[in-house]
Amino acid sequence: MPVMNMVQALNNALDEKLGADPDVLIFGEDVGYFGGVFRVTDGLQAKHGLTRCFDTPIAEGGIIATAIGMGAYGLRPVVEIQFADYILPAFDQLVSEAARLRYRSNGEFWAPLTVRTPYGGGIFGGQTHSQSPEAIFTHVVGLKTVVPSNPYDAKGLLIAAIEDDDPVIILEPKRIYNGPFDGHHDRPLKTWAGHPMAEVPEGLYRVPLGKAAVVREGRDVTVLAYGTMVHVALAGIEEAGVDAELLDLRSLVPLDIDAIVASVRKTGRCVVLHEASRFGGFGGELLALVQERCFDHLKAPIDRVAGWDTPYPHAFEWDYFPGPARLMAALRRVMEY
Amino acid sequence: MDNQPRLTLHIPEPPARPGDHPDFGGMKLPKAGETMRPDVDAAEPTMRDMPFGMIRVLDDGHRAVGPWDPHLDVDVLHRGLRAMMLTRAFDDRLFRAHRQGKTSFYMKSTGEEAIAVAQSLMLGARDMCFPTYRVVGWLMARNYPLLDLVNQIFSNAGDPLRGRQLPILYSARDYGFYSISGNLGSRFGHAVGWAMASAYKGDDRIALAYVGEGTTAEGGFHEAITFASVYRAPVILCVTNNQWAISSFSGIAGANETTFAAKALAYGIPGLRVDGNDFLAVWAATQWAAQRARLNLGATLIELFTYRAAGHSTADDPAKYRPADEARQWPLGDPIDRLRDHLIALGEWDEERHAALQSALDEEVRAAVRAGEAIGTLGKSKPDLASMFEDVFKDPDWRVLEQRREMGV
Ligand SMILES: Cc1ncc(C[n+]2csc(CCOP(=O)(O)OP(=O)(O)O)c2C)c(N)n1
Repeated sequence: MPVMNMVQALNNALDEKLGADPDVLIFGEDVGYFGGVFRVTDGLQAKHGLTRCFDTPIAEGGIIATAIGMGAYGLRPVVEIQFADYILPAFDQLVSEAARLRYRSNGEFWAPLTVRTPYGGGIFGGQTHSQSPEAIFTHVVGLKTVVPSNPYDAKGLLIAAIEDDDPVIILEPKRIYNGPFDGHHDRPLKTWAGHPMAEVPEGLYRVPLGKAAVVREGRDVTVLAYGTMVHVALAGIEEAGVDAELLDLRSLVPLDIDAIVASVRKTGRCVVLHEASRFGGFGGELLALVQERCFDHLKAPIDRVAGWDTPYPHAFEWDYFPGPARLMAALRRVMEY
Repeated sequence: MDNQPRLTLHIPEPPARPGDHPDFGGMKLPKAGETMRPDVDAAEPTMRDMPFGMIRVLDDGHRAVGPWDPHLDVDVLHRGLRAMMLTRAFDDRLFRAHRQGKTSFYMKSTGEEAIAVAQSLMLGARDMCFPTYRVVGWLMARNYPLLDLVNQIFSNAGDPLRGRQLPILYSARDYGFYSISGNLGSRFGHAVGWAMASAYKGDDRIALAYVGEGTTAEGGFHEAITFASVYRAPVILCVTNNQWAISSFSGIAGANETTFAAKALAYGIPGLRVDGNDFLAVWAATQWAAQRARLNLGATLIELFTYRAAGHSTADDPAKYRPADEARQWPLGDPIDRLRDHLIALGEWDEERHAALQSALDEEVRAAVRAGEAIGTLGKSKPDLASMFEDVFKDPDWRVLEQRREMGV
C-alpha cells in the first residue's frame, strides 16, 4: 500500500474525485497552475485541465459565493481558502448563505460545497497564519466541520465531505502535513514514513463524517482531541504514565457523542485538549456535553487544556502551543482529585 | 499653516427634502431612440459610452422608436401589462393586510414593475433569477399561484417555506427563482457561480441577478463582478436604481460621482443604462445581454433607472425624508401607465378594457387573500412545528433529533 503524507493523501483524494465525478471542481487562490501554497492541489490542473482546477481572484467571499451558486446548480465545488485565518471575509457567505440555503428554501436549494483550509500553529506563522477557528464554525447551525489527524483519515474524510450534500469545512492541521508533531519542538522532526496511518489505499474510500476513532484504549481517563493535538495527546499520555483512552474526534459537527459518552462512562474521567484559545472554544461544548451526559459516572471534574486567550504570538509560539507537558499536568490533576 | 484652504468633509445631500419642491433638474435624459445599439458581439471597448447614455424605446407620444425597439408581439405586451397590474394590485392589497395586523412585514415594488416582469417574460423557463425582495413581478409574469405567495406572507399552515422566512423572501425553484436572503448583496455571487456551472456543464442556461443601487457598495457586489468578468460568466447583473435605499438617497451610494452602469467599466464588461420604467427598453436591453451571454461573450451589467414610488417597506414613511410628491414629478413616469398608453396608441387597448382588467385582477387578489386568511394569518395558523427541525442538514444529526424530542414533537 502506498505511504503518503497528509498533503499527498489530500491531493490523492482530490485527484480521485476529479477523475470519478465530472461535477467536482476545485478552485481557490493559487491552486491551479502552481498547485497551492501548501501543494495540496499540485499537478491537478495539468492532469485534469484548466476548467477542473483553477485559480481565483483574491476574494474569499467571492470564492465561497461562487461555490454556493455552483452547488445550487448541481456541481460539487471544492474550494481552498489559503489560510483559515482568511476565511473571515467569507464568513457571511458561510453563515448566512451556505449554512442556511437548504433550510430557508425548504429544501429547494442547497450548497454541497467543501471548503478546505490549512489551519493551526506551530509553523511560526504569526497571528494571521496560525489560528484555529473551529469554534466559530461549529456554532453555526448548518455547517459541518471536520479535522483529520493523519493521512488515511485526511483522504477518507475529504472524499466523504465532497460527497456530502451539506456544506463541509475541512480544517487541515498544516503542522502535521509532512509528519506527525507531538509538541516537542526541540526534537528532530518526524515524517509520516513508517506510520501506520500513512498507509493510504488507492481508490475511493470514505471515513464517515461523525465517527470518532479510538486511537488508544485505556481505563482511567478519556482524552478528547483532534488534529495536531492527537499527537500531542499521545506524547502527553505516555509521559504522564496514565492508562488513558484517547479519542480522535475527527469530526466536530456532526459529533460522535455516543463514542464520547461510552468512553467517559467507562473511565470516569475526562480531559479535553485543543489548540484554539480556551474561552468560548469547542472544548467548552465538549465539557458541557460530558457534564450533561456522564455526571453520575465522573470521579473528577472535567479538565481542559487549550491555547491561551491571547492572539497567537509570533515570538512566544512555543509558550502558546499546548504541548505534552500541559496535558500531563491536567492528567495528573484529574487522577489525583 | 500653509497657504491652502482648510480641508472640509463632504457629505452629499439630495436636491430636495420634505417641504421642498422635488428637483430632478440635474438629470440628463437622452430622448427615446437616441442611444446607440451596438451589435451583440461588438467588443466591449467600442461601447464605453453606453453607461452614460440611456436606453429608451417609448417616446412621449407612446410610440416605440429607435434601434432598441424589440418589436414585440401585442400578445407579449398584453401579458406584460397584466403581470405588472397584478403585481401592483397584489402589493396594494398585502400592504393593507399588514396594516390590518395580518402579517409582520411587507415591501412593495410600486413604480418598478416593468423590470421584473419584462425580464421574467424575456428569459427562458430554465434560466435562473437571483432575486431581491422587490421583484415579485417575476413570479407574477410566470403565473406563480397567488395563494402560495399569500400563505408565505402569512406564515400560515400553507406556507410553501413552512414558516422559515420573513414575508416576501420567497423561493420558487420551478419558476427560476432562487431563495431570497436578507443579507443584501450576498447572493450576487451565487448567480455568477450558477452561471459558471452552467457554462462548465456545456448547458444553455443563463443567470440574472438583482441588487438595489444602495447595495452596489457591498463588497459582494464587486467580488461578483470580478468573478463574472474574469470567467466570462453567462450572467446578467442588474442594479435597480430606484433612487432610494431606505432613507438614503442614491448619492450616498456614489450616484453623484458616476452612474451605476459605469461600474462595469473598471471590470471590462458592458454597462448598459436603461429606462427602467419602459417595458420595451428593459426587454430589449435584457435580450441583448442574454444574447451576449448565450454566445459565450460573458456578463453584462445593467442599471435599470427607476423610482421607488412607495416607501421602502411597511416600516418606514417616505414623507419623513423626501418630498411627498416626488414620485409624481419623476420624469420617467409610471411603467404601467406607459405600457397601457403604448397599447392604446397601437389601437390594441382602451380605457374600458383597462378598467375591466383592473377589477378582474383586484378580484383575483382578493380571492387569494381570502383563501389565505381562511388558512390563517400570522400567528393564527402555523406550519407543522416538527418541520422546524427539518432541512438543517440533509439528514438530521443527533442534536436536531434530540431537541425535537425534547420539544415533544
Ligand atoms: C447586509 C445588509 N445590510 C443592511 C441591511 C438592511 N437593509 C435592508 S434593505 C436596505 C436598503 C437597500 O437599498 P437598495 O439596495 O437601494 O435596494 P432597494 O430597497 O432600494 O430596492 C438596508 C440597508 C440588510 N438587509 N443587509
